[in-house]
Formats: sequence, structure tokens, C-alpha cells
Amino acid sequence: MRYRPIVISAVLLFLFAVLGSGLVAFMHDNTAARIAENQRRALLRSLNELVPRDQYDNDIYTDIIYVRDAELLGTRDPVPVYRARLNGWPVAAVFAPLAPDGYNGNIRLLVAVKMDGTLAGVRVLAHRETPGLGDHIESERSDWILGFNGKSLRHPSVENWKVKRDGGVFDQFTGATITPRAVVAAVKNTLLYYRAHGQSLFEKHPAKAS
Amino acid sequence: MSNYGTIMRDGLWTNNVGLVQLLGLCPLLAVTGTFINGLGLGLATLVTLVASNVIISLIRNLVRPEVRIPVFVLVIASVVTVIELTMSAYLYGLYKVLGIFIPLIVTNCSIIGRAEAFASKNNVGRAFVDGLSMGLGFLLVLVTLGGLREAVGQGTLFSGAHLMFGEAARTWTLTLIGDYSGFLLAVLPPGAFIGLGLLIALKNVIERPAQRRPAAVALKDAASAA
Repeated sequence: MRYRPIVISAVLLFLFAVLGSGLVAFMHDNTAARIAENQRRALLRSLNELVPRDQYDNDIYTDIIYVRDAELLGTRDPVPVYRARLNGWPVAAVFAPLAPDGYNGNIRLLVAVKMDGTLAGVRVLAHRETPGLGDHIESERSDWILGFNGKSLRHPSVENWKVKRDGGVFDQFTGATITPRAVVAAVKNTLLYYRAHGQSLFEKHPAKAS
Repeated sequence: MSNYGTIMRDGLWTNNVGLVQLLGLCPLLAVTGTFINGLGLGLATLVTLVASNVIISLIRNLVRPEVRIPVFVLVIASVVTVIELTMSAYLYGLYKVLGIFIPLIVTNCSIIGRAEAFASKNNVGRAFVDGLSMGLGFLLVLVTLGGLREAVGQGTLFSGAHLMFGEAARTWTLTLIGDYSGFLLAVLPPGAFIGLGLLIALKNVIERPAQRRPAAVALKDAASAA
């Protein structure tokens, strides 16, 4: 008889666990599609800022492959590459690499490289840099990130892909050198990766959409 | 037993979560960079508090004392997850800003605190009012601190309103000081601590005259008991 209260408590706890996870599972089922759609739209909006909608005609969101290069892409994890095509011809590859050496952790970037190796543009997806100083890398706060448009490894030359303080051509911000230094290095590395692999990126079959 | 008026006054002022109990400081200090961020987390916390208080009050006679804490935690975690899913489905912009702080509502001690100290001992009506007033009290502190830090730090108010109210709200941003270069300290974590300290001090200053005059206190209590 002494075990009775323990059993009742255990059953109660079990019932609440089932109820709780049931509720969460139900909500998940009902919102999953909408959440995926939100994420898709948010990413597409960023992609379209870099590669305008009239320059490609494929489903860029699903024409995706994953590549790995810890050295150049900033992470050991697979990095997605979105591929833009027009009439079946490659237009641009959009990488989502990390700048691992930001002032406060990783900076997630979106780097669009055109077929000829010039940049269609760069955007910051997520970062934790100092508000008011490092966050000038966001396109909403300053035009700095637009300075990458049209740049390539020939213009400026590879050794000039640095911030001005390090003897390169890119501006740093007042009071924040580490953040732009990290972004410039990550963009340069992505271009190096593209130079090494370029064309072959477009030949692989798209990975299954996750 | 306290009546509804006292419950309301407790939550909004006398026993305010942010200014008196000093609970939930992690989200409080972390997200109050702007008015809108404060409002977003405040509303999410308010909904969580009301829902968890009501549910816990409903099941208070069912749950045995020895397993009450795990059950409370289960209820709160489920409610927060449901809110998180709802937010990322319908308020995606705001969800991206508040993202990591929503799951942290689970660890906001004020919620399990109210469950244990109030909801598990009171009927549904009282528990609802308690959750509402405690949540509102917390929300008011969040928006006040957020508004102050935004005004001092960036010279604006209501920036980012479009994250919550749609594209039309983009124009709501008030520029208080034109061509303001910003005051970084207010935006950074130290600014949050200093701002909260000032708010607590202000509350104490407002309350002090009342404490000096015992007659006034007695009158106030008589009025609220009526």
C-alpha cells in the first residue's frame, strides 16, 4: 500500500508529459508549413537583392548543393550554395559562408558570385557584433556592404583584399576594425573557393531540399 | 485572502516582477535595446504568465505536492513552445529579432514563481488576474527601459515597429534628435543595468513620502480593501 502515492504521482507526471508533448506536436503540425514558407520567403528576399529576379528563371531555392571547406568557408559544416540559372545557363552561385573571426562570434553571410568571378553582392544574414559600431555591416544601417558589388580577385588584386588599416583597399569603421576585417576575409575566401571550384559547382545535382 | 484590486496593484506596482521581485532579469536586460523589442518580449511573457497561471490553477487539486514542480515546468515549457511556434508562423520578423529569448521565457523565474506562490493556491479567476497584472507590470518595465535606452542610445523611438505591425508601421519611427551620433553605452548591456537601477530608484523615491506618512498608508489600504 505504501507504494500507492508513488505510483499515482508517476502516472500523473506521465499523463502531463503526454499531454504537453501532444499539444506541442499538434501545434508543430499546424504551423510547420507556414514557418517553412516564412523562412523560404525571408531567404528569397535576400537572394533576390543579390541576384535580381529577372536575371534567373530557375527555382533558386531548391537548386541547391552543399559544399565543405573548413579553411575557406569558415565552418566544418556543409555550406549551402544556391545556383541561379537563365534558360539553363549558369548565372551566379550564392554561398552562405561564415566569417568565423568576428568581434563576437560568427557572422553569417550571403555571398553572390557571378559566372565570371565578380561579386553580384554580399549581405549579412546574422551577427552579434557591437550595436552602433560593428553593425554597420548590415545593409539597413550603412552602405558599406554594397562596396563589394562588382569586386573580384582581379579588382582589387588578391593581396589588396584587406581593410585599409592592414594595407588593403576596404574601409574600416571608426572604432571597429575587427568586424570589417572578418567580413572582407570571408568574402575573399569565398571568391578563392569559387576560383578553385567554379564551373563544377553548377554541374552537381541539387541536394534534396531539407 | 486578497481581492482583485489588491492583486492588480501587487502585480503592477507593489510587487512588480521587474522592479521589486527582480526576477527574469536575463531577458529584461538583454532585449530592452528598443521599445519594440521590449514590447514583443513583454507580450510573449504576458501570454505565457496568463496561460500558465490559468492551467496551473485548473489542475491545482489534481497535482500531488511532491510532483508539482516538474508538472509546473512541463506546463510552462509546453506553453512557451506553443507561443514560439505561433510567433514564428505569424510574426516572423519579430521572431527573428527575439528568437533566442523566447525559449528563455521558460527560465524566467517569475513564471514558475507565480505558479508556485499564487496559481497553485487560488481559483482560476484570481490566477488569471494575477498572471495578467504581473505580466502587465513586467511589460511596462520592459517598454519603459526599452524606450529610455532607445531614446538615449539612438535618438529614436518605435524603430523596428514594422517587425510587429507590418510594413505600414515603418513610418512610425520617431526621430527625437536629428543627426544624433548615438550614445553606445545606453545600447550595450551596462546601459541596461544603469537604466534598471535608475527605474528602481525612481520607484523608491515615489514610494517614500507614502511611507513617511502612516496615516496615508492606512487610508490607501482602507480604500483598496473597500
